[in-house]
Parts: sequence; structure tokens; C-alpha cells
Amino acid sequence: MLVFRKFLRDIPAVIGAAIVLLVVFLAIFGPWIAPYPQDASASHLLRRLRPPSLDFPFGTDNLGRDIFSRVILGARGALKVSLVVVGLAMAIGVPLGLIAGYNRGWLSEAIMRVTDVFLALPQLILALALAQLMGPSVESAMLALSLTYWPFFTRIVHAETARLRNALFVDALQGIGAGTPRILFLHILPNALSPIIVRATIGLGFTILVAAVLGFLGMGATPPDPDWGLAVAQSRTYLPNAWWFATFPGLAILLAVLGFNLLGDGLRDLVDPRLRRSR
Amino acid sequence: MTTMLQLRDLSVSLGGRKRWLRADIPPVRAVRGVSLTLAPGEILGVVGESGCGKTTLGRTILGLQRESGGEILLDGATVSGLDPRAARAARGAIHYVHQDAGAALDPWWNIGRTLEEALVIQGVASAEERRARIDEVLAAVGLDATARPRYPHEFSGGQLRRVTLARILALRPRIVVLDEPTSGLDMSVQAMVLTLLRDLQRRYGLSYIFISHDLSVVRRFCHNVAIMYLGRVVEQAPAAEIFSNPRHPYTRALLAASPSLEPENRPPAAVPQGEPPSAARLPPGCAFSPRCAHAVAACKTQDPPLTQQGTHATACWRWQELATQLAPVA
Amino acid sequence: MAVPVLAVEGLRLAIRGDEGEARILDHVSFSVAQGEILGIVGESGCGKSTLIRAILGILPRGARIGAGEIRFEGENLLAFSEAELDRTVRGSRISFIPQDPYLALNPLFTVGAQLLESMRRHLPGTPREHREQLTKILRRVQLPDAELALDRYPHQFSGGQRQRLLIAAALACRPKLVIADEPTTALDVTTQQQILVLLRELVDDMGLSMLFVTHDLGVVAELCDRVGVIYAGQSVENGPARHLLRAPMHPYTAALLACHPDRSDDFVGIPGSVPSPLRAPPGCRFAPRCAQAQPACTLRDPALRNAAPGHAVDCILYDAQDGGR
Repeated sequence: MLVFRKFLRDIPAVIGAAIVLLVVFLAIFGPWIAPYPQDASASHLLRRLRPPSLDFPFGTDNLGRDIFSRVILGARGALKVSLVVVGLAMAIGVPLGLIAGYNRGWLSEAIMRVTDVFLALPQLILALALAQLMGPSVESAMLALSLTYWPFFTRIVHAETARLRNALFVDALQGIGAGTPRILFLHILPNALSPIIVRATIGLGFTILVAAVLGFLGMGATPPDPDWGLAVAQSRTYLPNAWWFATFPGLAILLAVLGFNLLGDGLRDLVDPRLRRSR
Repeated sequence: MTTMLQLRDLSVSLGGRKRWLRADIPPVRAVRGVSLTLAPGEILGVVGESGCGKTTLGRTILGLQRESGGEILLDGATVSGLDPRAARAARGAIHYVHQDAGAALDPWWNIGRTLEEALVIQGVASAEERRARIDEVLAAVGLDATARPRYPHEFSGGQLRRVTLARILALRPRIVVLDEPTSGLDMSVQAMVLTLLRDLQRRYGLSYIFISHDLSVVRRFCHNVAIMYLGRVVEQAPAAEIFSNPRHPYTRALLAASPSLEPENRPPAAVPQGEPPSAARLPPGCAFSPRCAHAVAACKTQDPPLTQQGTHATACWRWQELATQLAPVA
Repeated sequence: MAVPVLAVEGLRLAIRGDEGEARILDHVSFSVAQGEILGIVGESGCGKSTLIRAILGILPRGARIGAGEIRFEGENLLAFSEAELDRTVRGSRISFIPQDPYLALNPLFTVGAQLLESMRRHLPGTPREHREQLTKILRRVQLPDAELALDRYPHQFSGGQRQRLLIAAALACRPKLVIADEPTTALDVTTQQQILVLLRELVDDMGLSMLFVTHDLGVVAELCDRVGVIYAGQSVENGPARHLLRAPMHPYTAALLACHPDRSDDFVGIPGSVPSPLRAPPGCRFAPRCAQAQPACTLRDPALRNAAPGHAVDCILYDAQDGGR
């Protein structure tokens, strides 16, 4: 496999892929791996704010819960939020971009102007306002983030489609009588896939970060969920003495975001049809 | 001779756009009043330099570009003046082969799927029949079934031309518009492609509209030749006639300028100075007059019509005078 | 006989890449005399562009010269350091006309800014003198409004005019040798003819030498004094243009000429394809496609032998009759 060999030579991308795989693994098997899976909700007031030790590698939090377990358990929530958000944003943004890029009339203009308006709004502020409106919960945070992230996909897909619609192979397809849906979804979309995948991968990391910020501001996950952002928010009152309380959930956020970004960058070079081989 | 395809006074304007609160962009008159006919089995060469409108003409014949004036008749029925989708449907017997064969294929699709897609679009429902037709056309263009799972980037330039030919052959065309089918190919590959085109033409009884700038190839390959300059046909005749007895000063200049293995046998004619102006800024009168060594005052005010004399048509005010003045070509 | 301006002898060159060692040039030899235009003819993949890079000393990484010499005015360029090449040869005594005039000029800068740059580096004199010299050359290459041209931007010129600008740029530092890489391929026939006529005049008037790389035999017939034919990185035949095109000796040259529409009605072509330099056949690389191949062809070391005065061929058919025929 030429693609795979080429990918393995890109060390940052391999590191990114390893981190992403780890996050995915933890998200799936977290409850079976975490040493204290019941600490997702239980509290043990007798062992509050213990520093890292052999029993509690990342220490314990203000309610005596094992931070190591909660960091592991938090992966599922973080990944779920980011997958849903990016999935929804793509479901809205990609078709709009395709239509706007292929069409040349007022429809294209209208879609792109609306996109511009959404892009002009600061994402976090809009998400905060929406979350406030719908009441703080993970679901409202996800909806708010999806509604603010789709314009990125529209912009990218619009640019790619506008470029590809003038490609000779599209002309040739029109020549043999191919209809617009066929051209758009079977030919232009796969050719525009590379920047979409890159943007989606980086978007996954970015959403983890913004979801954590929303959690931190009390607009996302609600206690006692094992959310990384929420944990950092709760730790503030105990700083700087209980440094481990903020540090390990914070590192989890950092690492996950970094992983997705490195992977996204690495994928950019890979999604190239010329690396396809029939044999 | 029966006529299969006829163009009557065809004009095409490109690009013009009205803009809101901004100056309008005037359209470019890429094709101006072209009349041509194509008989079954005929190879018609359309020759001219870049920007002369030959590619636009080809795309308009196909129906990918909308005509702004004139008529196109296929088998005696008018197929012009329709919206693009209907126009393309009415001209299903006409197909087009792009100049850049590599770019005309979707890089993500292997050759087998690409060929099959064309048949699916055309409504060939039976998988059996699609398979048989693909095998047939692959063999006809000199490729075999091993080409099916391969991707465009795995083929050489000459092979890609074969693939694009196979794709349209599968659709059973009667007329094929070939846009610069040999440009960018090495001499040995070009010869193979031309041989293939000639074989296919005979085997399937095709007619070609052969768009090219290479006079050496056109001379050997085409039955009739139309020379275009800035959107107009300036001279048209059977190939043997036009190369031995060119009348229009532009045709003479092209012949004089085109590289030949025997430069000393070439007609002595002045190579025109400068380069063709843009079609967006057409000179008044005969469009060639600013570069023509024989232009007189009348040439700069009135555009000469294409006048037919036997099989030979010329659009020049002075061709009869010039024919006696200038040495005939060997 | 005078020392040739450029002599390439037995050049072997390989480039190591992802998929192994590509033996791109395998025994290329030719020479260019003072005041002569030598056409280098070959199909795509024959190593033409690598050859140009080797002469200009701009080989890609991983390239290794296995054997041979490139002598320019008697000095072996392969022995020159990068700095010496840059200071004394490239852009000054040897200059280059690129293939595509549309890509060769930066659209953001005036033509003058780009063309005067190399004069400033290689020629003595003040910027004002350079400007005057360049304007004179622009007039010589028949650029309209030569006086104003230097302050214009590339998009204000047509394709043919841009090619004239690049020719002027190549002549600005009074080179001994000009290497032209298919300079007319992107142009229309009438413009091409104008440029060919101009190049011939310039070579004759200024006593230049020119290496004209092309795949178009018709252009060679129009322009060149002598021709070197290269197949898959091997020099197969060198000779006077007129004679070589009329009576080719090497089977490859003959087959190539037979493909030209001026020579044949039935477009025969050459069966097979040019071998990849990664998997080049041993001995004569044309042998697998050659109608007159013999078993011994694959054992042969490539070597050009004189088969007629000034006409050298590398083919087993001519090995026996050295100097004769």
C-alpha cells in the first residue's frame, strides 16, 4: 500500500494518529479500563484532593474522585461532542457548498452571503448565546457548535467546487450527458474530499477545545459528568495547591486537540488520487 | 453527397454579462457567421491559431455552448435554439474528444468505471451488454481488459487518448469532434493515434470534425479543410486543393510559417507580422487586414463574404488579383 | 579544428529516487561549434531536460554523474564548484531561454526589474548603462516600443512578445552559448516562425552558439545546422541537419522521420514505448523496438562511431564499416 507507506514516513502525522487512536480506544473501552469506573458519579469525601500517588496516579478531586479515571471516562464525552458537531456541520455545510459552487446565479450569492454572516460572528459568543437560550446542557452546546461550524465547510466546498466545475473532466461528463446530481456527488465531491477531510479532522480537535471552554464557562456538560472542561473549571478554587486537579484534565484537552491537528495536517498530503494504484 | 450535419451562419458570443451598478462586460464574438457541412464518413479539418474560435465552434456543435445566432441541422432537422439539455439530447449522435485527455478523466475513477458510467448515463440497462460493449471498444482502441482497474495517472499520454476515444465510441457516435487530438504527443505516438483514428473512422463509419493547428497532419488526414481566423472561416476547400492552391493571404501565411521537413519546397509567402488581436477587439473590415501584406483600403472597411467557386470558398476581396500575382504552390 | 564551444562526451547520469536508481542519461555525446545551432531531438522521457540541467549545473538532489565530461570553451564544467558556475558561467557565458514565456516572468514585477537583475550581477557598468544596453537588445529582437518596454508588466505583452523579452534577457550578458528549451512550443505557427527567423539572425549576427532542444523535427529542419538525436538517454545519431533528416542512418531516427506526416501517408508509428530509466534495457536501449535488432544489440556498449564525414551513429549496423558508407 503506497498510501500507507507514505503516511508512515510522516512522523508528526503518525504521532497524531496514535493520539487519536488512543482517544478513540478510551472512548470505547473507558469504563472497563478506568480503575474506579464508579467515580463518574460517586463521591468519596474522605479522600478529597489527594496528590498523585500509586493508587491515584493523577490524584483526586474536590469530591475525592480519581482524576485518572475521570480523564479516561471524559474521552467518550469529548469525542461524542466533536463527532456530532462536525458531523452535523458537514451535513449542513457540504451540500450548501456544493450547490453554491456549482450554481452561478443568485442562489450561489445568497448562500455565500449567509455563510459570510455566520463566519463574521465570533463562534464562541454565538454558541454561548444559543446555549444560554436553550439552557446549559451538552445537547444545547452541541447544537450551538454545529450551527457555528458549518460555514467553514461551505466555504471550502464552495471554493473547491467552483474550481472543479471548470475542470475538463466535468466538461467531458456534460458532453456524454451526465446530469448535475451525478456530477456533483459522484465526481466533484470525491475530488473535493481532501480539504474536507483535513478540515473535519482539525475541526474535531477544535470542537473538543471549544466544548471544553463551554464546559468551563458552565454552558456545556453539567456536574457530575466527567468532562475535561468542567474539571478545569471546578479546579480553579483549589489552585495553586491542588495543581494536579487542573493539570491532568487540561493536558488531556491539549493532547487530544494536538493529535487531531497533527493527523489533519498529515492527511492533507495523503488524499491524493495519484497515490491510488490498481495493483 | 448527402449532408449529415449543416451549420448555417452560426454565431457564438461568449461571456457577456450585465452587472449590477457596474459596467457591463461586453460579450466576445468568438464565432462569427460560420457555415459548414459535414457528410457521412467525411473528415473535416478546422484549422487556425489559438483564439480563432475553433474550440468554441466544436463545443457549440456538441451543444455544450449555446449558439447566439444561426442554425445547426442534423440529418435535416434543426437542433439549434434549444436549451442546453435539450440541445445535447438532440445531438446525441455527436461526441467530443478533449485535447487534454488526462484532464478529461476523473482522477478518482478507474477506467472500467469511467467507461461503464458513460453507458449507464446513456441508459444501457443490461450489465451484460455494458460489459460486452466496453470489451469491444477497449479492443477497438488497442487496449485490453487489464486497463479496466487502472487509474488515469497510470497511463501514458497516447494511452489516455485511447481511453477517451473508447469512452465515446461506446456511445455509438456518428460524428466525433476531435479537439487537437495530436497536440502534446510525441511524433511516434501521434502517428499511432492518427492510425487508430483512421481505423476507427473506417470501421464505425464515423465523421470527424478535426480541430487542429498542425497543417502537416491536417494535410494528410482530412478530406476537407476550413481555415479560421478570429471567428470566421476565411477559406474552405478539399485538402488537396487548399494546400496546392491556397487563395487567402492568411492561408498562404500559415502554409509558409508551418515547419516542414523540406523547408526549401515551401511556398514563398510573407509571414505576417505581429500576432492575432484578441477577439474582444475586432478590427474593422476584414479581421486579417491589419496583418495582411496585401491589404488595401477596401479591406479595412468592409468584411469580405465567403464566396464559393466550385468546391473552393474564399473570404478575401483580392484573392483573384493575388492568384495571378503570386506564384502558385507546387 | 577550433575547440568547440560546448562538447559533451560520454555523459552518464543517474538519479536516485524513491523507486531506485533511474539511469537517465547513458552515454550522451555531442558538440556545438562557434556560430552553430545544434538541435537536440528526442521524444518525451529521453532525458532532454536533465541534459540541460546537467549543463547548467542545476541537477536535482540524488543526481550522480557516472562518467563523461561537459567541456565549455575547453574547461570541464563538471569540475567547477557551485559558486564558480554561478559567478562565471551560468546566466553570463551560458544563458537559457525557457519553454513557456507565460511562466518564466513574475507578474508582480516590471519586465525591467527582472531582466536587469542578471546584468547587474554579471556585467560591469552603471544601472543606466545596463538599461541602455538592454533597450538596444530589445530593439534588436524587434520588440515594439522597446524604449517603454522595461517599465511594463508581463501581462502587457503577448506570448510572442514575452518570448522576445526572454530572448533579450538571454542575450543581455553577451553569452557564448544559448540553451533554448523548446522555446516555440507554446506559440502559434506564425509567431513560431517569427521567433525562429529571429533566432537564426541573432546567432548569425552575434556569432553565438545555440543548443536548441526540441521534439519537433520540422523546427529542426527550419533552424538547425546540426542535429543530435537522443533516445532514452542515449545519443543515437549526430550529423548535419539537412543530411540527417534526408538520409537518417540509425533505425530510430529513420522510424521517427517515417512518423512525420510530411514523410508518410499511413502514419506507421513506432510500436512499443520508451523504456523507463528505472528499467532500461541493456546495451542499445532502442533494440526492443527496433525492426533490425540482432541478439548482439543487448551486449553492445553505447559508442558513437563516424559513419560519414561529420555524421556519427551508435548502431551495430554501422560498427563494421567504420568511416565508410
